[in-house]
Amino acid sequence: MSSRPLDTSPAISDEARYTTCYMCACRCGIKVHLRNGELRFIEGNRDHPTNKGVLCAKGAAGIMHHHSPARLTKPLLRVGERGSGAFREIEWDEALSIATEWLDRIRNDDPRKLAFFTGRDQSQAMTGWWATQFGTPNYAAHGGFCSVNMAAGGIYTIGGSFWEFGEPDWEHARYFLMFGVAEDHDSNPIKGGLATLKANGAKFVSVNPVRTGYSAIADEWLGVTPGTDGLFVMALIHELLRAGKVDLDYLVRYTNASWLVVDNPGAADNGLFVRDGDGTPLCWDREAGATAKASSVDARPALTGRYDLGDGRHAVPAFQLLAERYLDPQYAPDAVAERTGIPAETIRRIAAEVADAAFSEAVELDVPWTDWAGRKHDKMVGRPVTMLAMRGISAHANGFHTCRALHILQTLLGSIDVPGGFRYRPPFPRPAPPGPKPAGKPDQVVPGKPMGGPPLGFTTGPEDLLVEADGTPRRIDKAFSWEAPVSAHGLMHLVITNAWKGDPYPIDTLFMYMANMAWNSAMNTSETIRMLTDKDPETGEYKIPRIIYSDAFWSETVPYADLVFPDTTYLERWDCISLLDRPISGAEGPADAIRQPIVKPSRDVRPFQDVLLDLGARLGLPGLVKDDGSPRYPGGYPDYLVNHERKPGVGSLAGWRGNGDEHGRGAPNPGQLDAYVANKCFWQDELPADQLYYKHANRGYLDYAKRMGFIDDAAPIVIQLYSEPLQKFRLAAEGHGVVQPPEQHRERVRTYFDPLPIWYPPFEDDANDEARYPLHAVTQRPMHMYHSWGSQNAWLRQILGSNRLYVPATLAAENGLADDDWVYLTSRNGRIRCQIRVMQGVNGRTVWTWNAIGKRAGAWNLDDDAPEATKGFLLNHLIDELLPERGSGYRYANADPVTGQAAWYDLRVSIEKAPVQEEGAEPQFPSLARAGHPVPEEMAYVGGGKVRS
Amino acid sequence: MHPAPSIIVFTALSGAGYGLLFLLGLGSAGGVLPESPAFGGVAVGLALVMVSAGLVSSTFHLGHPERAWRALSQWRSSWLSREGVAALLTYIPAVALGLLWVLGARGGWTILAGLGTAAGAVVTVFCTSMIYGSLKPVAEWHQPWVPPVYLGFALMTGALWLMLVLALFGQPIGGLGLLATIAILLAWGLKFGSWRHPVAEGRPTPETATGLGAFGTVRMLEPPHTQSNYLLNEMAFRVGRKHAERLRKIAVMVGLGASLILALGAVASGGAGATVAAAGAVVAGMTGVLIERWLFFAEARHTVALYYGEPAAA
Amino acid sequence: MTSLPASTPPKQLGLVIDLDTCVGCQACVVACKEWNTGGYPAPLSDQDPYGADARGAWLNRVHGFEAGEGADGMTVHFPKSCLHCADAACVTVCPTGASYKRDEDGIVLVEEDKCIGCGLCAWACPYGARELDGVSKVMKKCTLCIDRIYNENLPEDERQPACVNTCPAHARHFGDLADPESQVSKLVAERGGFDLMPEMGYRPTNKYLPPRPRSGGTGCGGTVPALEDADPAGGFLGWVDRMLSR
Ligand SMILES: Nc1nc2c(c(=O)[nH]1)N[C@H]1C(S)=C(S)[C@@H](COP(=O)(O)OP(=O)(O)OC[C@H]3O[C@@H](n4cnc5c(=O)[nH]c(N)nc54)[C@H](O)[C@@H]3O)O[C@H]1N2
Ligand SMILES: Nc1nc2c(c(=O)[nH]1)N[C@H]1C(S)=C(S)[C@@H](COP(=O)(O)OP(=O)(O)OC[C@H]3O[C@@H](n4cnc5c(=O)[nH]c(N)nc54)[C@H](O)[C@@H]3O)O[C@H]1N2
Ligand code: SF4
Ligand code: SF4
Ligand code: SF4
Ligand code: SF4
Ligand code: SF4
Ligand SMILES: [Mo]
Repeated sequence: MSSRPLDTSPAISDEARYTTCYMCACRCGIKVHLRNGELRFIEGNRDHPTNKGVLCAKGAAGIMHHHSPARLTKPLLRVGERGSGAFREIEWDEALSIATEWLDRIRNDDPRKLAFFTGRDQSQAMTGWWATQFGTPNYAAHGGFCSVNMAAGGIYTIGGSFWEFGEPDWEHARYFLMFGVAEDHDSNPIKGGLATLKANGAKFVSVNPVRTGYSAIADEWLGVTPGTDGLFVMALIHELLRAGKVDLDYLVRYTNASWLVVDNPGAADNGLFVRDGDGTPLCWDREAGATAKASSVDARPALTGRYDLGDGRHAVPAFQLLAERYLDPQYAPDAVAERTGIPAETIRRIAAEVADAAFSEAVELDVPWTDWAGRKHDKMVGRPVTMLAMRGISAHANGFHTCRALHILQTLLGSIDVPGGFRYRPPFPRPAPPGPKPAGKPDQVVPGKPMGGPPLGFTTGPEDLLVEADGTPRRIDKAFSWEAPVSAHGLMHLVITNAWKGDPYPIDTLFMYMANMAWNSAMNTSETIRMLTDKDPETGEYKIPRIIYSDAFWSETVPYADLVFPDTTYLERWDCISLLDRPISGAEGPADAIRQPIVKPSRDVRPFQDVLLDLGARLGLPGLVKDDGSPRYPGGYPDYLVNHERKPGVGSLAGWRGNGDEHGRGAPNPGQLDAYVANKCFWQDELPADQLYYKHANRGYLDYAKRMGFIDDAAPIVIQLYSEPLQKFRLAAEGHGVVQPPEQHRERVRTYFDPLPIWYPPFEDDANDEARYPLHAVTQRPMHMYHSWGSQNAWLRQILGSNRLYVPATLAAENGLADDDWVYLTSRNGRIRCQIRVMQGVNGRTVWTWNAIGKRAGAWNLDDDAPEATKGFLLNHLIDELLPERGSGYRYANADPVTGQAAWYDLRVSIEKAPVQEEGAEPQFPSLARAGHPVPEEMAYVGGGKVRS
Repeated sequence: MHPAPSIIVFTALSGAGYGLLFLLGLGSAGGVLPESPAFGGVAVGLALVMVSAGLVSSTFHLGHPERAWRALSQWRSSWLSREGVAALLTYIPAVALGLLWVLGARGGWTILAGLGTAAGAVVTVFCTSMIYGSLKPVAEWHQPWVPPVYLGFALMTGALWLMLVLALFGQPIGGLGLLATIAILLAWGLKFGSWRHPVAEGRPTPETATGLGAFGTVRMLEPPHTQSNYLLNEMAFRVGRKHAERLRKIAVMVGLGASLILALGAVASGGAGATVAAAGAVVAGMTGVLIERWLFFAEARHTVALYYGEPAAA
Repeated sequence: MTSLPASTPPKQLGLVIDLDTCVGCQACVVACKEWNTGGYPAPLSDQDPYGADARGAWLNRVHGFEAGEGADGMTVHFPKSCLHCADAACVTVCPTGASYKRDEDGIVLVEEDKCIGCGLCAWACPYGARELDGVSKVMKKCTLCIDRIYNENLPEDERQPACVNTCPAHARHFGDLADPESQVSKLVAERGGFDLMPEMGYRPTNKYLPPRPRSGGTGCGGTVPALEDADPAGGFLGWVDRMLSR
C-alpha cells in the first residue's frame, strides 16, 4: 500500500538568483535558491557555457562554505608576536588609515618596497593595474607557482595554451592523450568532455604516474615516471617523423616550419630567422630558387635543405632543424623506454594509433571558410587527435620544454584549432608571444608615479629583462631576470624567501591577497614560517617589516599578518571574470561573467576589491582619483567594473557596452550590470560556424578578434615550432648583444634556451643521490577539495578529513609495508611522518598523496584534534624552494630555468617504516589559537525552514 | 556487527525469562512444581521481571522509544513485530499463571495458563531468533542453527534459574537437575553446531558486492569518508580472530564447564550448599550466554563491510 | 503495511550508474546531501562537524576500489545509494510499517513519523544504503528524489534526481527499468548492466554498467598497423621533398 502522506510537488524555494560559483577557479554558473533569505540549494545554471547545468561537489557544498565558522569578522591589527594569533579588532577606517600611512611612505620613497602578491583571485586585471598605478613592479599572481611554464610554453609556441586558453574538441576527437591532469581548472568541462569521448567511442589514453580519477576511466593508462614526459613525447615525434605521418600542408601554411634559420655558427645572428628589410621572415621558394617572404601566398617554400643566402651566410628551414633533432636515435622509443617507464613497444603502438586516428579518421566538416590570405576552403578538415596537459608537466623543472614538445607534436599532426584537435578559447590565439613587455626598468619606476606599463608581460629577448646593468634582478622575486627570463607570471613562491634575505634588496611591506603562503602554497613550509617571524637581531624588527593580508577565513597565513582585511565570501560580493584576465570563454566564443551579492554579509567584512579601490583613492593613485582628488570609483567595485576603461571602449566586461547593444568594445554602459544579471550573470558571444576553427588563420575570426580588441592586428598567428626568442637569450649567453648574463648564469642560459625543445632530468635528480632518495613524490588535487580552503567545509571534510601516502604494492612488499602503517618520508630537505595505503595503480618508483589536506592545528577554526591536523600531512615540508649550491655557491630557485615555474613534483624521497608506537603526522606546529567563533557540536541544516506538506 | 550491550542484555535476559516461564508453565501444567503460592509468585514474578527488563532494555536501542507501540503493527511480515506481539501476548497467560498460582488455584485454568505461557515463551524466543535468523546479509545469523540455539540457551538458562528458585525455597532439585544438565549440553551442542556451520560458502565477496570480479581481486582503495559513520559503527565491527577464539573458550569453560559442574553440584548437595551451587550455576550459565551473545554479534559479519575494505570471508 | 507490493509495480524507477565514466568526483554525494537536508524529510544532520570525528547522514556515497594487479588492473569509482530492490527485505523487516515500497513506481521510502529508529532495516540491507540520522533519530535513505521527479514546480527536464542532474561526467541515469524501451533499460541491455550481489536475491532495481575492457593492446578501431619508415631509401627528409614536389 503506498498512498501515504507525501507531497511530491513541494515548493523548491522562495527565490532563485543566478551568480558564478567560486568554490574553485572553474567559475561555473550557479542558480542559488533562497528560502526565507537563507541558502536552500545551489544548482548548476543550465544555460551557462561552462558547466551547462552540472555542479561539482565543491560547488554543491557552497552552502557550508558560506556558513563556515572560520570566516573572519572584523579587520584585525596584530598585538602579539607574529604567528601568535593575538589581534585587536579594529574599525575599517582605522585599518585603511594604517595601510595608507604605511604605503604612502613607501610610494614616495621607493615604490618597489611594496611587494603585492595575489593568489587564487580572479581580479588580476584589476590588482595588476592597481600595482601599476602604485608604481611597483613587484606584483605577481599565483601563476608562477602554478602552471606558468604550461601557459608560457603554449603562448610562445601556438599563441594560446592548455590551461584556460584552450580546450580539446571533445565532440570530434577520436583520440585523446591526457598528460598529468588530475582535475585542472576546467573541472566540470573536462568531466563532460570525457563523457562525450566515451559516448563517441573515442580512445582516451592517460599518461600519469597515478591511476585515479580521470586516469581511472582511461582506455589505457601509461604510468610514466615523473618528469620524463618530454622524452615520451619526443619519441612519439620521432616515430611520426620516421613514418612521414606529419601534416606537411598544415606545417607550410600555419607554422614557421619553412622560415629560414641563419646557419652561421659563432656569429651574432646564428639561429635567428632570416628576415628582409621590413623584418618579415623569409623562406626558400623552391620554384624561384630564391628567398621569399614566408607569408607570401605564391611561394612554394622548402622545408628541407641548406641554402646560400648570397651574402656569405647560409640558412636552413626551421623544419630541417626540427627533423634532424628528433630523428636522432636518442629519441627512438628504445632509447627512452627505460627512463620513462613506458615500454618501447607501447610507445611505437601509441604513435601508430595517433597517426591512424589523425590521418585515417580525418574529420571533414562541410563548412566553407576563408583564410587570412583570402583563400577560400570548402571544408574544415580536422585531425581528430587532441591532447591536454597540466601540472604533471608544469610542476617539473623541465616543464616548459616538455610543454613545447607537446604543442609541436600537435602541430606536426595538424591538429591545432582544427575539428577534433586542440581549440583556442577567445581572446586566444594571440601572437606567439603577444605584447606587452613587463614594466619595471629603472626609468619606469619613479617614486610617486605610476609605472610605465604593466608589471607582467612577455619577454622576447635580453633587452626586455628587468635587470640592473650588472645583471642582478630588479624584481624582488627575480622574475624576468637571468634566473627566469620568461617568467611571465612572476615567482610568487620566492617572494618570502627573497624578502627575508633582502635579496636582491629589502622590502618594507608584503601585501598578500587570497594566498595561503604560510602553508600549502609555500615550499619548505617550516622554513617559511620561520622567515615570516624572523627578526633582525640588531633592530629587533621583523626581517619582513610589515605584512598586510586579505583573507576571508582563519587560514594558516592570517596569524602572520600585521594587518588583516577580512573579505566577503563569493556569495556576498560583486566580482568579475574578465576577458582581460582569465576568462571563461569556450572555443565557441568569448564569454565573461560576474558575481552578484546573493546574501548580505552578517559580519563587518568588505569585498577586497572595494578595499583596494578605497586604499588607492586614499593614496591618491592617479587612476584611482579624479582630477579633484576625489575617488574615481566612489561606488566601489561595481562602479569600477562598469566605468573603468583599459583602452577606449574596452573595460572589465565585454557584454552590453554602449547603449547595451555593443559587445567587445563600446562606451561604458551604466546599465551593464543589470544586463548581466538579467542574462544570468554571464555574457557569451557565439562565433559563426565558419569562425569556429583555424582561428589563427581565419580571416573572419581574425577581423572579429581585432574588432573586439583581442589582438592589435588581424595578421595570421603563426605557430612557432622554432622559438626565436629563446635563441636570442642563448645568443646573449654566448656573448652577443648589449645585455648579457653575468658569467655565473651563462652556461645555464646557454643550455636551457634551446630554440627547439630539449629534455633534461629534473634538477632534483642531479641534486640527489639516486640511491639515497630513490622515489618520486607527487601530489594530486582531490576533485572535491579546493586547496586548503575545502577543509573548513562541514560536508567536504567528512569525505576527506585526512590524507594517506599511496605506496605502490611492489614497493610496499619490498619494504615490508602494509596498509595503515606509519612511515617516515625523507627528502634532502626534511622528514615527515605519515600513514600509508598500498596501491596497485601507481608507477613503481612513485609515492603520492592528496594535495593540501594536511592542516595546521587551530587553523580554519577546526578542533586541535581534527584529523586534518593529527593525521593529515603536506609534502611541502619536504620541498626546498632553492636548489643546492652549484659550483659558484649560488642557489637557484627550485624551478624551471626558463619560466621560474616552481618544480613541486621534482621531489625525491626515501621511505622507511616508523617504529611501532610512532604514530600521527609529523611535523606538528603550535596550534593557531582558532578563530574564536562558536562551533556547533551538531548541525542539522535545513536552509530557511522546511516547506512541509 | 556491533555488540550493543542493550541488545546483548535484552536477548540473554529475556531468553532466560522465557526459558523460566516455559518451564514454569509446563511444570505447573504437569503438576511437578511446588504448589506454594510464594514459590509460584516468586518464580513467575522473577521470569516476568527478566522478560520485562529485557524488553525495556531493547527500547534503549531505539531512536524513538516513545513510538515503540508502533512496532506491533507489522506482525504479518516482520519478525521484530511478531516478537513484540508474542511478547506482549505471552504476558496474558503468564500473568494469569502467576496470579492463579499465588491464589492457589489448581486445575483447568492453571493448566491452560501454563500451557499458554509455555507456548508463548517458545514462540517469543523463536521470533527473537528469527529477527537475526532472517537477515540474509549476515551469514553467521542466516543459518538453520540460530533458532535452536536461541531456544536451547533459553531453556538452559531458564532451567538454571528455576533450579536456583527451587533451592532457595529449599525444594529438591532432582529431576530438574537432570533437565538442566541436559539443557546445558543441548544448548552448547547446538552452539557447537552453529559454530561449525559453514558460513563462508556462497557468501558474498568484494567481487560480487561490486560486480568487478571479472577484472581480478577487488580491494578498497578509498573509503567514501575518512571518519566513522552509522554503518561502520553498527555493522563493521570487527573482533580479532585470536580474541574471538579466546572468548569462545572462556564462554565454553564458564557457560558449559562451570555451569554443568555447579548444576551437578547443586543436585548432589542439599540445603544451603545447593543454593550456593545453583546460584553459581546461574551466574556461570548467564555469563556464558552473555559472552556467547557478545560473540554472536561481534563475530557476525555484515555484507556492508565488503564495501569498506573487508576482504572476502577467511 | 510493510509487505511488498502484491504485484510487480507498473513502473520501476531507479538509477543506472556507469562505472566506465564515473570519475569519483563526489558531486552526486554532496548534491544529494544538499537537496535532501533541505527537502521534505528531516534534515541530514552532522555530528562534530568541525571536530575530530565529523560524521553525518548521507544517502549516497562514493567508494574507490582497485581490481586486479599492477598496470593491468583498474581503479573503479563506485557510487552507491539505495537500489530500490524488488525484494526489499528492509521493508519486510520493518516492525512499524515506516519502511515501504510504493506500488506505483517501486520506490522504497521511509515514513519518518512512524519510524522508531530500531535500525533493523539497515541490518537487512546488504548494501549499506540506510543510515540512521544522529539528530532526528529516524532512518534515512535515498528517496530517489521523489520530491523532484514528480515536482510540478520544476521544469520537465529538471524532474530528475539531484545526483543525476549534477553528475558532471553523466555517469548517472534515471528512468523506468520496467519499460524495456526506456533509455535506461536500453543502456542496461547494450552495456551488460548488472546487479550487485545477485546471490542475496534482493533483485535491485538500480543497475551498474561495467567498465569497458581497457584497451591496452588496441587502438580505437582495433589494432592499427605498425608505422613503417616513410622512405627507407631517401630517409624522412627525402620523403618530405618528394611530398612537397607533388
Ligand atoms: N605540494 C604541493 N603544493 C602546492 C601544489 C601542489 O600541487 N602540491 N599546488 C600549487 C598550486 S598550483 C597552487 S595554485 C597553490 C595554491 O595555493 P594558494 O594560492 O595558497 O591557495 P589556497 O590554499 O586555496 O589559499 C587561498 C587563500 O585564499 C583564501 N580565500 C578563499 N576565499 C577567499 C575570498 O573570497 N577572499 C579572500 N580574500 N580570500 C579567500 C583562503 O582562505 C586561503 O587562505 O598551491 C601550490 N602548492
Ligand atoms: N578540485 C580541485 N580543482 C582544482 C584545484 C584544487 O585544489 N581542487 N586547483 C586548481 C589549480 S590552482 C590548478 S593549478 C589545477 C591543477 O590541476 P591538475 O593539473 O590536474 O593538478 P594536479 O592535481 O597537480 O595534477 C597533476 C597530475 O599530474 C600527475 N603527475 C605528476 N607528475 C607527473 C609527470 O611527471 N608526468 C605526468 N604525465 N603526470 C604527472 C599527478 O599524478 C596528477 O594526476 O587544478 C585547479 N582545479
Ligand atoms: S568546478 Fe565546481 S567549484 Fe569549480 S566553479 Fe564549477 S561548480 Fe564551482
Ligand atoms: S557525480 Fe557522477 S562522476 Fe561524480 S562521483 Fe557521482 S557518479 Fe561519479
Ligand atoms: S538497497 Fe537496501 S535499503 Fe534499498 S531497497 Fe534494497 S535492501 Fe532496501
Ligand atoms: S528503523 Fe524505522 S524504518 Fe527501519 S525498520 Fe526500524 S522502524 Fe522501520
Ligand atoms: S536519487 Fe536523490 S536521494 Fe537518491 S542518491 Fe540521488 S540525490 Fe540522493
Ligand atoms: Mo594552481
